[in-house]
Amino acid sequence: MSGEATRTPAEGAVESPRLSHGVRAAAPLAVGPLLFGASFGLLAGEAGMSGAAAVVMSATTFAGSAQFAAAGTLEAGGSAVAAIVAASLLNARYVPMSVAVARLFRGSAARRFVEAQLIVDESWAISGRSGRFERPMLIGAGLLLYVCWIAGTAVGLVFGDSLADPDAIGLDAAFPALFLGLLWPYVQTERGRIAAVLGALVTFVLIPVAPPGVPIVAAAFVCLLGLRR
Amino acid sequence: MNEGWVVVVAVGLATLCCKAAGPVLLGRRALPPRALAVVELVAPVMLASLVVVQAVGGDRELVIDWTRLAGLGAAALALARGASLLPVMVLAAAVAALLRLAF
Repeated sequence: MSGEATRTPAEGAVESPRLSHGVRAAAPLAVGPLLFGASFGLLAGEAGMSGAAAVVMSATTFAGSAQFAAAGTLEAGGSAVAAIVAASLLNARYVPMSVAVARLFRGSAARRFVEAQLIVDESWAISGRSGRFERPMLIGAGLLLYVCWIAGTAVGLVFGDSLADPDAIGLDAAFPALFLGLLWPYVQTERGRIAAVLGALVTFVLIPVAPPGVPIVAAAFVCLLGLRR
Repeated sequence: MNEGWVVVVAVGLATLCCKAAGPVLLGRRALPPRALAVVELVAPVMLASLVVVQAVGGDRELVIDWTRLAGLGAAALALARGASLLPVMVLAAAVAALLRLAF
């Protein structure tokens, strides 16, 4: 992507990429949080959430699927407890994901707590695009996506459905394609390939029978294969 | 506090803690080799799982949208031929969007 083109080899060799590289790497993805954020703002309004509640949720939860699940449950007449359970199950995947990038965070526990909030599927995935996780990629991409997600939410609250429909421009195909592309470097080894296939299988089998979120968390247990030498 | 705010606060707290779990509890502590071997598999497993969920995941059902799957298939072919990330995403979106326009 564009990030590498402007980085001279010498610069890249002596120091890891800077924050701006993460921002640039995530720039093409920004349309996602903008449009999906707008969809969330719209849905939150329909679910009876106030504008302030929707924006605060985007600023604190900062995870699309969980926010859609929570607002969607309320909108369909579900209880608050059902909405909380659905969203929390979806975000439980961030426990194994945050463990994988734990060593990128420095400083006091408070600072690590705050910076860790920039972990979201896309920033997490793109920070490992070289085959290993890199801090400036995670923080830079996370910051850009965070700003776009909150801005998108606000736009959706104000302008409603006059915006482009994410599905009409194929964003629902672009994002799984992104994750597939980011998976690519990890399946070049036999170990990675086996783990990916098993993770995909567990997810596929559980989708029809388990509540959303559970299939991903269950798939995470495939990582225990690493205990076998 | 109405229902919406209860959900916002509860989900927010749960998410803050899930995301901070690794960085706060583990930090830069060196992990034993066996634990490292497990952590190393998180990326391939979770990425593969995310692909499946985003491709066919629904609320306790498989959602087969052939236009989306066609876009993803085109992306897989392009990746196999060595295409980079951004063109792959654009291709997937374009294939899905054009098929939707056409049919």
